[in-house]
Amino acid sequence: MVATTEHPLYRAAQSRILLLDGAMGTMIQQHKLQEADYRGTRFADWHCDVQGNNDLLVLTQPDLIHNIHCEYLAAGADIIETNTFNATSIAMADYDMSSLSDEINREAARLAKSAAREYSTPDRPRFVAGVLGPTNRTASISPDVNDPGKRNVTFDALVEAYSASCRALIEGGSDLIMLETIFDTLNAKAAVFAVETVFDELNQRLPVMVSGTITDASGRTLSGQTAEAFYYSMRHVTPISFGLNCALGPDLLRQYVDEVAAVAECLVSAHPNAGLPNEFGEYDMEGPEMATHIGEWARAGLVNIVGGCCGSTPEHIREIASAVEGVPPRQVPSFEPRMRLSGLEPFVH
Amino acid sequence: MSAEFSSFINIGERTNVTGSAVFKRLILNDDYEKALDVARQQVENGAQIIDVNMDEAMLDSVQAMQTFLNLIASEPDISRVPIMIDSSKWEVIEAGLKCVQGKAIVNSISLKEGEAQFIEQATLIKRYGAAAVVMAFDESGQADTQARKVEICQRSYRVLTEQVGFPPEDIIFDPNIFAVATGIEDHDNYAVDFIQATREIRRTCPHVHVSGGLSNISFSFRGNNPVREAMHSVFLYHAIRAGMDMAIVNAGQLEVYDEIPEVLRNAVEDVILNRHAEATERLLELAPQFQGDGKAAAKEDLSWREQPVNKRLEHALVKGITDYIIDDTEEARQAAERPLHVIEGPLMDGMNVVGDLFGEGKMFLPQVVKSARVMKKAVAHLQPYIEAEKTEDSQSNGKILLATVKGDVHDIGKNIVGVVLQCNNFEVIDLGVMVPCATILQTAKDEKVDMIGLSGLITPSLDEMVHVAKEMQRQEFSLPLLIGGATTSKAHTAVKIEQNYDAPVVYVPNASRAVGVCQKLLGKVSRVEFAEALKKDYDKVRDQHARKQPRSRPVSLQDARDNGFKPDFTTLPVAPNQPGVTPVTASLATLRDYIDWTPFFLTWSLAGKFPRILDDEVVGEQARELYADANAMLDDIIAGNQLEAKGVIGLFPANRVGDDIEIFHDEQRDAVRATAHHLRQQTLKSGYANYCLSDFVASKETGIADYVGAFAVTGGIGEDELAAQFKANGDDYNAIMAQALADRLAEAFAEYLHEQVRKHYWGYAPDEALDNDALIREKYQGIRPAPGYAACPEHTEKQTIWDLLSVEEHTGMKLTESYAMWPGASVSGWYFAHPQAKYFAVAKIQRDQLTDYATRKNWSVEEAERWLGPNLHD
Repeated sequence: MVATTEHPLYRAAQSRILLLDGAMGTMIQQHKLQEADYRGTRFADWHCDVQGNNDLLVLTQPDLIHNIHCEYLAAGADIIETNTFNATSIAMADYDMSSLSDEINREAARLAKSAAREYSTPDRPRFVAGVLGPTNRTASISPDVNDPGKRNVTFDALVEAYSASCRALIEGGSDLIMLETIFDTLNAKAAVFAVETVFDELNQRLPVMVSGTITDASGRTLSGQTAEAFYYSMRHVTPISFGLNCALGPDLLRQYVDEVAAVAECLVSAHPNAGLPNEFGEYDMEGPEMATHIGEWARAGLVNIVGGCCGSTPEHIREIASAVEGVPPRQVPSFEPRMRLSGLEPFVH
Repeated sequence: MSAEFSSFINIGERTNVTGSAVFKRLILNDDYEKALDVARQQVENGAQIIDVNMDEAMLDSVQAMQTFLNLIASEPDISRVPIMIDSSKWEVIEAGLKCVQGKAIVNSISLKEGEAQFIEQATLIKRYGAAAVVMAFDESGQADTQARKVEICQRSYRVLTEQVGFPPEDIIFDPNIFAVATGIEDHDNYAVDFIQATREIRRTCPHVHVSGGLSNISFSFRGNNPVREAMHSVFLYHAIRAGMDMAIVNAGQLEVYDEIPEVLRNAVEDVILNRHAEATERLLELAPQFQGDGKAAAKEDLSWREQPVNKRLEHALVKGITDYIIDDTEEARQAAERPLHVIEGPLMDGMNVVGDLFGEGKMFLPQVVKSARVMKKAVAHLQPYIEAEKTEDSQSNGKILLATVKGDVHDIGKNIVGVVLQCNNFEVIDLGVMVPCATILQTAKDEKVDMIGLSGLITPSLDEMVHVAKEMQRQEFSLPLLIGGATTSKAHTAVKIEQNYDAPVVYVPNASRAVGVCQKLLGKVSRVEFAEALKKDYDKVRDQHARKQPRSRPVSLQDARDNGFKPDFTTLPVAPNQPGVTPVTASLATLRDYIDWTPFFLTWSLAGKFPRILDDEVVGEQARELYADANAMLDDIIAGNQLEAKGVIGLFPANRVGDDIEIFHDEQRDAVRATAHHLRQQTLKSGYANYCLSDFVASKETGIADYVGAFAVTGGIGEDELAAQFKANGDDYNAIMAQALADRLAEAFAEYLHEQVRKHYWGYAPDEALDNDALIREKYQGIRPAPGYAACPEHTEKQTIWDLLSVEEHTGMKLTESYAMWPGASVSGWYFAHPQAKYFAVAKIQRDQLTDYATRKNWSVEEAERWLGPNLHD
């Protein structure tokens, strides 16, 4: 097994700020796909609607997904994310497609890997991050206000689903595993448990990227943790990078990235939304404005890996790439060993 | 790095079915709602971690653990702290681990069932992301001697760190606390074994922690709580020094080491430290004396309890004793015809005694505030009965509205005035801080108050008070207006405020004057007389003020600049070790040693230099009591992390340009990051320079690479909440105490940080070694003047510091529209390192500097007048 700090990704991150890709959903939307497009020939007779099941497109519209990956790679992305945000068996249950979860994860990784290969050079390798999304359920929040002890998913069910997805993502050729858009830390802890178990099984360890979501101006995750407390809940996976994505635009996210940068003993990643959605649910922040913010983060020494989430496009990534070019990456600090516990808030002893 | 924490932590023990009969009954009865209250209370009482244990034969422990932890997850005021999942059954532990999103502690695992199981469980704990308590237990049993404890812990450490890859800082050893003084000779050395083992474990197993269940030690004295508490304290005292840094403790049942009666403490110490063979025998002989509430009875004179109820109420009020006040009030109520009579009769009589003693200087402010706490409790008890009677004729002396004006956040003085007035049966409506004029006036109308009191600490508040007075005139108010606060003065009130408003405007210099003033203003006759006298007095003040000659002759700005200070730059300035912006924290335990106590006593109207004040003939006793209360609260604050100190500093290349200082992005010194504007003394000096802070920085033309620094710190993160908590309980004494301490901690932080800057961050005085007294007397090189104070009196310059250091982002500290800092307990300022840098007062400036400053700040002259008002000649 290779230590995280020996990984080519980590080495590349020593000399420059690395680029993640931007939004997948935003790019798919531009194609205005219809129900029939989602179904393709294979699922023409599927018993329920599948329009909106973006992850299914790796099976039914593989060229489209492949092309989006290529656009981001051409724009300068060092790391592209698999189109598997909702591909766990738990999330796929919405379309009654849980049984397709493994296949979707595997194919998604293959598609991304083939695109990454096209753009990789010995000097500039490109990486595929196999994405484990948050699922649409919460292990530490009750779905019923009148019954606060109730849960709509268990830790064990999450571990099972995440284990299967993780195995498939590795089989498909992922270079890294990325836990993304974490809004309930207990879900993510189940994902960590699953990932570690799969690594043990396969006797192979990939770097793990962890990225959470601060949902609003409270500065907390949906499940109530501060960014620092959230980090302490997750650092046992010894992530290659830890950071934040989604929910907020770069202007509002900065303070929390700053908070993370102050405590994270690994690379720091950030991929904000292109602003907040307007009344039509569209994201208005253009590439140059987003790049101005992220460029400032870079000069302030806050980040090692940057990219975009909802609303961002290859144009945004291109702008961000040029804004951070030549800016030295954040120096990873090392702190004295302390017991770093957390509830909703951090507790260091 | 996040905040540092004090070195010993309490783990709440009440949510444990094996330790708490109450909690066990609630869980067995499925009363989870009340069980949650138990957890909540522990967190509120300062538990930093809560231990949850459901090991009970009558219970489905897995189910109970899951249910309780899931419920806790929905209670942010509980789940903000980490959980300790406590069970002797692995399946219960694992079920618990699947319910907590935070990083928890498992309690416990051990080598009891062999290495294989130990490794398997530790691996899983690591995968779940938790720390672990590891018992000193192996295949052959529980360790009792020092050697066995050390040996098992060292073996566990090796297995965990070498085979499992468990982070050593996440290991908490529990080397087993066993009962001593059992009468069995073999047990006599158990405490010593634990303490010595702890020392050895901490020495040989880097980064680990040591914990234990404290109550075991005193098991043989069940039923005698004073002795048990003494044993706990003495044991902790020694174990903590040996390196025990956590314990499962009921903090409420811990005697203060120094307060254990000496004879008991010695006997207990003999037992704990196994100092001689008869130790147990002696403690057994002594124990019955302390049985029951013996320790209190032995010391406290309760003869006053024999007196009639009215006398008892008076005694309680004068002495500030809350213990019996509810019972006594109830007794008085039953004897009285109407509940209101209790207030008007014995309670007011008691408060009158307090008022008289206060007036005669025989009681001091902190005592009066304690009396008020007793009064409030009594009144709160009577309130429902009075309400039930629905009487209309409220007998309040009068209704007073108090507010700290818009833009200002300081309210300690105002709170004290409020309490003193309440003690004297005035009804007080306190609108708090940062109150806009419109709110003050509207509330005054709606509530039909009898007068308005305004408070403020920073100089811009003076203008806001003038504004309120003008508005009152415009809206045709006729209520008296009271003016108070540290920057207010009789002269300012007379010259600036009084003329704007026809009704009486009264400057109230301190809290003890407030009652007399209010009483005079409320009487129909006395008000007229008082107003007459006041008018004359103010006329005199105005007259004096007008005739006052400037003490020294003003000089032109050009002349002042020509006579500026020219420091010696033959030794070149030292470049900072850590240039740029650096967020900083400090543990309160550290800051405590840097507190300058003298101003603290002033807050409470006790004048005198610390520590001499403690032995002062007149106020010494009171000062000592106050000092003890302050330190007790500091202990709580530190133990419970109730306040947090946060700050940020920045050190930058800089050079003087005229009276401004240009602060640069980097050593290239071509890109200006910010410009600090400073004012110059403008009176004729002979033999001295006309100082300006900029003088202490090398000018740009010299080509000398010089530097300045800036800082902003607060000791008041949590201050408002803490004070509000006390206030909600009717405890103004502690509310004011909390604020006063937060203020001191902020100042202490500034002092401490300045030292760190001199020695490390900037490092121009790396070898400095000064004690706190020398620090307070400013015996070091360099200064840290604060905007708004004498050397740089213009408040808006704080904004420059805020922008330069991103103060709000790093610390959460804010500036109000008047540039007061929030939280109130905050300090900001500049660092100048030059050996000749010194504090001075800018004092009065002339028009030429006013216009020059306006140009430099890009302001209109009117705007400059507004901000420089206090420094302009009238």
